Order: sequence, then structure tokens, then C-alpha cells
Amino acid sequence: MERPVLEVRHFHAWFGNHEVVRDVNLSLQRHKVIAIMGPSGCGKTTFLRCINRMHELAPDARTQGEILLEGENIYQMSPIMLRLRVGMVFQRPNPFPHLTIYENVLAGYLLNNIALSRTEKDAIVEDSLRKAALWNEVKDNLRKKGSFLSGGQQQRLCIARAIAMKPDILLLDEPTSALDPISTAGIEELTQELKKNYTLILVTHNMQQAARVSDDTAFFYMGELVEFAPTRQMFTAPKDQRTQNYITGRFS
Amino acid sequence: MLLHTHIHIRRRQIRSQLVRTAIILCTVLTLLPLLYILAYIIRRGIGVMHLSFFLQLPKPVGESGGGIANALVGSLLIVGMATLMAVPVGISSALYLSEHPKGKLAGIIRICLEVLTGIPSIVVGIVAYYWLVRPMGSFSALSGSVALAIMMLPIMIRSAEETLKRFPLHLREASLALGVPYYKTILKVLLPCSLSGVVSGIMLSIARVIGETAPLLFTAFGNPYLTANIFHPMHSLPLLIYNYAISPYENWHQLAWGAAMVLLVWILLLNVLTRIMIRKWSVQY
Repeated sequence: MERPVLEVRHFHAWFGNHEVVRDVNLSLQRHKVIAIMGPSGCGKTTFLRCINRMHELAPDARTQGEILLEGENIYQMSPIMLRLRVGMVFQRPNPFPHLTIYENVLAGYLLNNIALSRTEKDAIVEDSLRKAALWNEVKDNLRKKGSFLSGGQQQRLCIARAIAMKPDILLLDEPTSALDPISTAGIEELTQELKKNYTLILVTHNMQQAARVSDDTAFFYMGELVEFAPTRQMFTAPKDQRTQNYITGRFS
Repeated sequence: MLLHTHIHIRRRQIRSQLVRTAIILCTVLTLLPLLYILAYIIRRGIGVMHLSFFLQLPKPVGESGGGIANALVGSLLIVGMATLMAVPVGISSALYLSEHPKGKLAGIIRICLEVLTGIPSIVVGIVAYYWLVRPMGSFSALSGSVALAIMMLPIMIRSAEETLKRFPLHLREASLALGVPYYKTILKVLLPCSLSGVVSGIMLSIARVIGETAPLLFTAFGNPYLTANIFHPMHSLPLLIYNYAISPYENWHQLAWGAAMVLLVWILLLNVLTRIMIRKWSVQY
């Protein structure tokens, strides 16, 4: 078995005295879609935000344990370098309103003052927008501001912005919860394309979505990782009673 | 419909109409003095509006004609320098206040701003006199600029802080999650997104001090000649208006009206420009 792209060992996270993530152990393989599901407040989003160290931006946040990206402890890397390697897409589409579509895709380079030639820029923009299934819709409007796009298009622009940095991992924090059903279907379809090049970790409160798009599923409950298994197995033969209760809708 | 209900609704409509009329009346009442001042100043000042009025220096008493070139250049220089001094301090303070609203310094800055707003402008002039004019041994445009810069700070900081505070968390996170360091997030995302508010704050503070006379009495002092030396006394529009208005000569009164009109148009233009800028640069979150 090849080396996992992400390994989590005895990982805990707190907000003040409140332990939000408890003793999580996990090992993720590349080129897969991994869904993290669980009821609200189970710590799934916090855990996701620990993987690119966004969690520690909260004033009283604390963590313990190890997360290894390609064998490297992320808490010994600079958060800047880490975030260049681990992209993130948020719940609410958040393109930069002062930048054009073209600049939004390149935002990771432009805002970090990474110099690119004109040809490189054009290539990255086209490639990223194609991978985000947005190229055909915006190719004639690249110089327009991103804010005139629809919600689903804005979210795909944010995905393009994240994959333009060629990350090892793409974190998706309930990326469709602010979108209509058609845009949601579009994003879900996109995950299947994206996993050819990237590893996707998708937080969702929507079980059906986890079942539709993921290869493996992690079930979080009250801050604990209850079960981690291939998605089909998780939904047909869960090992833990709590997983079973969640899947059968006994709590949500 | 019941007759009773009908009367009730009818009565409410009449009352609503009455209140609306009262409000419109009050608005007109507020605007009247402003319109009157505008009309009066333009009527009195328009007579001297020739090219020579802008290009010539004041003439000695007894000679007719003359212009306000020295005061025009002086006002531009003094206010320009004041802006250069106030902007770095003001915008940094506004950034600090919006980024650390509960920081240790924030409370102190806020109290200082409130006090500063309340200080009479002549006192600011005296302070600048003791800080700069006395140690340097001469009235100077520089000291006038310092006095005006101090007066610009409260308006600039409040207005900028208001805009900066509205910057949404999700955009900040978008930038940080791309590996953009905090300071670059501020310089390249927060400030550009808030540009319209920050710039309009600067413009409004300029409009606020451009007509200030009192802080300049003990600092820039005034100068009948054209000079660009910031270490020398310098004239400015409000000083010129003040000096000429209290003089006994009709010709000088004319020039003062003209200068007042120039000042008015200048402030009006600044306000219009600010509005255009807000419309053009404002960003929808």
C-alpha cells in the first residue's frame, strides 16, 4: 500500500475548554473523495479546518496530536506553506469582489506576489477553469468581476481558485449547502473529475451526498471519529451502533 | 367592508399624509439656510471671477483689481501636506481599531478621538504654535499643516473604521486559506475592498479642514506674496477671507467674497467627487 497522503494521529482540538475533536486517528489515500459526515456540532468542520490550520485563527483555539501531510508534520510547517498545499472551498462562495474572474483564479499567486509570465497565467487560468467545469461559461468574460456570476458558478470559481495552486489536498466545507439543486449536482459531478488529480475531503451534513460522491466515509459524533470505512460498507453494514442510528435517521 | 373599518383606514391615511407633509416642510426648512448662503455667496462673489483673480497677487490698498493666487497656492500646499501627514496615521489607526476592536490601545484611541473632536480648532492652532512655531522661530506653512492634520484625524479614522469593520470574515478566510499572510491579506484584500470608504473618509476630512481659519492664525499666519517655501509664513483662502473681511476697503471685501465662493465650490466639488468615488469603487459583499 502506498504512503497515505494524510495521516492523523491522536488528534484533539479545543475551543477554550470545549474539546471539539477527540482523539482522531485516520489515514487517507490519494485520488479519492473522502466524506466526513455527522450531525451538526460533531466537530467535522473544526477537524477539516485543522488540516489547513485555519482552526488556530480562532483566538482561544488549541490542538494536540499529529497531522502528517506526505509524512511531514503540518504543525512544524509554516501555515503559509501548508495552505498553499492544502486548498479550501468554503460553505458560502467567497470570490474576491474586487478582482476579475481571471484575477480570482490567480488570487493565490497574485496575493502572494508569486511572479508568473503572461503565458503561464493564461495557461493556469484556462486549465483551472476547465477542471472546475466553468471555462465554457466564463471564457468570454474573464475580465469581468466575479460577483456577477450565479452562486453555483461562484462556487466553481472558488474551486478553480483553489486548484490553481495545484494542492495535494482539497478541503470542501459543505460546498453545496448554499446552492440550489442543479448547482449542487454540478459540484457533485465535478468532485468525480477532480479526484483524478487531487484528494478531496468533503464535509457534509447530507448523508445522500456522502453516499453519492465519496469513496470513503468518516462518521463523526460528539467530536469522536466513530467509524471510517469505504462508503458502500459504511452505508450497508456499519459496524458501530451509533453509525447505524445516524444512517437510519434516528438522530440528525 | 364594515363602515367602521373603512373610517379607521381613511383616518390613518389622512394622518400619514399629514406627517409626510410635516417632514417635507422640515426638510425644506433645513435646506433653506444652506441654499440662501450658497446663493448669496455666489451673487456677491461672481463679480470678481476673472482669470486674473486666480493668477494675480493681491494689490496694495488703493489699487483696484488683484487676485488670490497666493492664497490659492497656499491652501493647496497646506491642505496637501496636512493630508500627507494625516493619512498614514489615520488609516493605520482605523486599521488597528477595526482589526482589534477590543485591543488595549483601542480604548485609548477612541477616547483620544472623542476628545480631539471636541477641542476647539483655535486650541489646536495654539498647540501647533508651541510645538513648531516657537521652537523653529518662525510662522510656517508646515506648522499650519500639522494643526490641520490633527483636525483631520477624527473624521478620517471614523469613516475608514466604519468601512473596514464591514469587511466580512468569509473573504478574510478566503485569502488566508490561500496561504496569503495576514499583512498581505490586509494590504491586498481588506484595503482594496474598502477603498471607497477609506478614500471618501480622506476626502471628507479634507473638505472639513479646508475652510478652517483659526488653526492657521498662529501657524501659517498669512503672507501677501506667493511662496512655496513650507518653512515660511504662507497665505490660505480662509485666512485671506478673514483678513479682507475685517478690512475697511470695498475692493478687499470683493476679493473676500470671491475667495469665499472659490472655497465653497472647492468643498462642493470634493463632496461630489467623493460620491462618485463611492459609487464607482464600492464593493458589494
